[in-house]
Order: sequence, then structure tokens, then C-alpha cells
Amino acid sequence: MSWFTQHSEHTFMQNAFMASILVGLICGVIGVFVVLKGLAFMGDALSHAIFPGIVIAYLLGANYLIGAMVAAILVSVLIGFASSHTHINNDSAIGVFFVGAFALGIALISTQRTYSRDLTSFLVGSILGVSRDDLYLTAAVGAIVLLIVALTRRELTSIAFDPVFSQADGINVRLYEQLFFIILSLAIVISLQTVGNILVLALLVTPATTARLLTDRLVTMIGLSALLGGLSGLLGLYFSYHFSIASGASIVLVATAFFLIAYVFAPQTGVLTQYVRRRMHYAHPERDVFPDM
Amino acid sequence: MTAPEKSATRIETQDLSVHFEDRSALNAIDLSLSPGEIVALVGPNGAGKSTLMRVLAGMLPPSHGRVLVDGQASHGPNACIIYVPQRSAVDWTFPIDVTEVVLLARRKARSRLLPYGGADREAALRVLTSVGMEPFAHVQISRLSGGQQQRVFLARALLQNGDVYLLDEPFTGVDVPTQDVVVEVLRELASRGKTIVFATHDLHQAFTSSNRVILLNRTIIADGPTSEVATDANLRATFGGTSSMFDLVDLMNGTAQR
Ligand SMILES: Nc1ncnc2c1ncn2[C@@H]1O[C@H](COP(=O)(O)OP(=O)(O)OP(=O)(O)O)[C@@H](O)[C@H]1O
Ligand SMILES: [Mg+2]
Repeated sequence: MSWFTQHSEHTFMQNAFMASILVGLICGVIGVFVVLKGLAFMGDALSHAIFPGIVIAYLLGANYLIGAMVAAILVSVLIGFASSHTHINNDSAIGVFFVGAFALGIALISTQRTYSRDLTSFLVGSILGVSRDDLYLTAAVGAIVLLIVALTRRELTSIAFDPVFSQADGINVRLYEQLFFIILSLAIVISLQTVGNILVLALLVTPATTARLLTDRLVTMIGLSALLGGLSGLLGLYFSYHFSIASGASIVLVATAFFLIAYVFAPQTGVLTQYVRRRMHYAHPERDVFPDM
Repeated sequence: MTAPEKSATRIETQDLSVHFEDRSALNAIDLSLSPGEIVALVGPNGAGKSTLMRVLAGMLPPSHGRVLVDGQASHGPNACIIYVPQRSAVDWTFPIDVTEVVLLARRKARSRLLPYGGADREAALRVLTSVGMEPFAHVQISRLSGGQQQRVFLARALLQNGDVYLLDEPFTGVDVPTQDVVVEVLRELASRGKTIVFATHDLHQAFTSSNRVILLNRTIIADGPTSEVATDANLRATFGGTSSMFDLVDLMNGTAQR
């Protein structure tokens, strides 16, 4: 593809492409468990709750990715604590708490002179600011996340499918959920530069949901979700460059387009597929082996 | 004391009580379960059958007293005690097929670095065959009927290969052929020296399929060989005297005379 070689002369463009693909792929994998465990709202809450930590790291002049990771781990431990030790597991309580944390982040950053520019880059990402070091850090953290998912895949699957069985089978459910929140936070943190705080949820939820429409097998779902995530990163950034639109938005729109296509055309579950099947059924009722009316 | 098999496990409870907030669900339960027994745990709704099973399985800590597994105080789940809950808290839309559900039981048998191999799949197919579910090996779990789903969970419990099986209401909501499959599986397990406990309200099933009955209504009303426990007075004490009791007693008498 000529456009790729042409633009990749610029290191920053190369970094940006690598980062988007990586982040799409990693969020695609971990997003499968977010979707299967019904944790979309928790993912959103996490990304917002990390925000004040990032701002503090930034104000202290620390590398904000590293600061964010510390915050992420703290926040995920807090969430595990809150949801297991007290009865704060209803959505509105989580919502109140995390929107509060988000407001704290905004309050802190508003003390800066470069307030609106900084805020924007946190909220919607700043893909062209990805340095080589950022890229290495993203790759390293991403590798850790994928390795942990690979090593705990059986426990994660067991808990997501049948928590009571998992507990009786001797899985320390609370420990694995805690670990999952930590790697989920790490995935969110490395996505912040690429898509920003607000849109990261889409990377976690959209490719995995699309993949679920296309398969009934978990392994296939993980593979497809990673592929769709990575592809959204690649194409999204290309469109972003080509049409001069914000990179995060562009990536998410591509992911959403994939979802809409699958929603309509998926071989088993697609809306159109089912419509056509029904029409054929009415046109040829004699084909119906099991009349159900 | 005789131990039929080296691997057999003995479970006891000592003065076991469970309270939920200020209400008592189980009170002063003393029992001892031996290898080879098929125990029917019988009592009305709210009698504490599920609660007792959860305590025995290490899923719920008792408020008072303790559970002993082979003489050792037990805290938490134990690999040799297999618990099949009354209602599965399963995500039915999960992308998982019948074989993969059963394979969840092999988690501890395989290194986390290695994928499941041919031996695991063969083992899964073997337990599926024993509950008559091998034709459904690759069907997604949500596409099964309720009874078929229960058979799959029984197969998974078999693959867990414990010494003590605690089955909460395995006969509820399943047809007669499935009930027969379950009974056959339980008898085969007991003949290999496993301990079986099943909870039920179905007196017919309780009296025909067990060799010991525990009548429970917050406390143990009666406990002993099936033919001795099934008396009018015991059943009245457990379920309360209602007009339909007479049918139950007739049924029980008919069974006892077999
Ligand atoms: N988690 C819980 N919290 C509070 N109360 C509970 C809880 N679980 C059970 N109970 C109470 O304990 C009592 C016994 O319940 P349990 O489920 O053990 O009865 P059961 O014999 O299994 O009944 P069923 O035949 O309906 O299954 C009931 O009064 C129930 O309300
Ligand atoms: Mg019950």
C-alpha cells in the first residue's frame, strides 16, 4: 500500500500507526472478557477514575503513562475492595463515585495555564504525540496484559461463565477479579494517548460485541475481536489522516462501522440474514421441517 | 471402621448452625456421611437443604459448629467435594459449547501453559456418554433444553472426579428418562465408594433412589436407613400434617414394602 510507505517516512506517523494497531488489538482481546462479564459500565467507570491520577502525575512532572498505571492499579484495588467488602455494587453508586473522581481530575487540571489544550489531549487523545518510548512502553504493557490473559484464560472463562461452579472448584474468584481489573486498567491506560479517556470504552466493547455476532466460539471470538480492534486502529488512523478528523473518533467510527455491518449481515445473527431466512420460509413453507405455529 | 477405597472421604458436621441475619436456617446439625452411601436430603421449601449443602461444600461458613473432612476442620471448598447447585448461575449466552463446559472440570489437571489435548477431550466425551449427551458435544450451551443442560452439569461434576457428590435438586424439572439417567449415574458412583447426597422434595425419588434418608426442617427430624425413616410421624413432623400427606404416606409404605 503506497499511502502507508509514503506516510511512514515520518517517524511520528509510524509510531502513531503502531500504537493504534497495538492498542486496538490489546483492547480487542481484553474487551472480550469485559463484554462477556457485562463490565462495560465498569470499564467506563475505571477509565474515568484513573483520570485524576494521570493529572496528578502530569502536574508532578512524572511520565504520565507511569503515573496513570500507578493510579490504575490503586483504583482497581479500590474497586475490588468496594465491590467485595461492602454492598456498593449497584451501578448508580459506582457512577456517583467515578464521576466525582473525574471531576477531581478536571478541577486539578484547570489550575494549569494550558488547561484547555491539556484537557483536550487527555479526553480525546493525542496520537501524533506518541514517542518511541511511549510506543515501547505501550508494547511492553500490552505484552504483560496479553500474557496474563493467556495464563489465566481458564479461570477468567470459568468465572465469567459460571461463578458458583468456579468458587466450588477452588478458584479464588475475588483474586482473579482483582487481577482482571488491574490488567483492564493497564489496557485503558495505554489506550489513552491513542483514543483518549472518553472513547476508550468503544475499543473495549465494540470489537468484542461485533465478534460475538460472528461466532459462538470463545477462541474465535477473541481472535476476531483482536483482528477487528487492530484493523479499526489501522483504518481509523488512515481515515483520520486522509480526512483530517480526530484520530480517536475516527478509530471508534471504523469499529462502529464494523459492528453495524455485522449487525446487518452476520451469517447467523444478522438482521438482514434473519429477514431473508424468514422470507424464504414464507415463500416455501413446505421446506419447514418443524412447523412451530 | 472399614474404608472401601483408599481415596474415600468422610464428612462430618458437629453442632452446625447457620443464621441469616437474625433468622436461623439450620440448627444443631450433627451428621456423618460415609463412602458408598446414597443419602436423600428431604424437607419442605426453606428447610435449609441448599444451605446445608453449601456449608458442606465449603461455599458458606457456618455460624456455629464445624465441618470435618476426614477428621480435619474444613475451611472453604475442597477438591474432593463436588457441589452441583440447585440453580446454575450460568451466563447462558456465553460462547461455549457442551464439551468446553465439561472441560472446565479439567482446569486443575492441566498446566496453564498447555492447551487441552486429546486425552482431555476423550475424558470429556466419556462423561458426556455416561449421561447420554455425546450427540450434543459441540452444541452451544444455550441451544439445549433445561434437562439437557442439567445433564451437562452432571457430566462436568463427574469429570471433576471427587469423593463426595452434593447434588441440590438433581431431579427437579427433568423428565423421567433424565431422572433415570441421574439415578443410574449416582448408583454407579456409590458402587465405586463415592458418597452421594441429593436434596429433593420428591418423596418418591427420595425413597426409591437412596439407601439413607435425612429428613430436615431446620434441624434433623430423622436420619437413618430409608425404610426406617419413612414413617407417618416423621413425615408429618417434617412437612406438617396436610391432607396430601396421606398420599405420601401410602406411597412411602408401598415403597418400603418392595
Ligand atoms: N443468602 C441468604 N440470605 C438470607 N437468607 C437465606 C439465604 N439463603 C437462604 N436463606 C434462608 O434460609 C432458609 C433455608 O433456605 P434454603 O435455600 O437452604 O432452603 P431449601 O431447603 O433449599 O429450600 P428449597 O426447597 O426451596 O430449595 C430460608 O428461610 C431462606 O430464606
Ligand atoms: Mg434449595
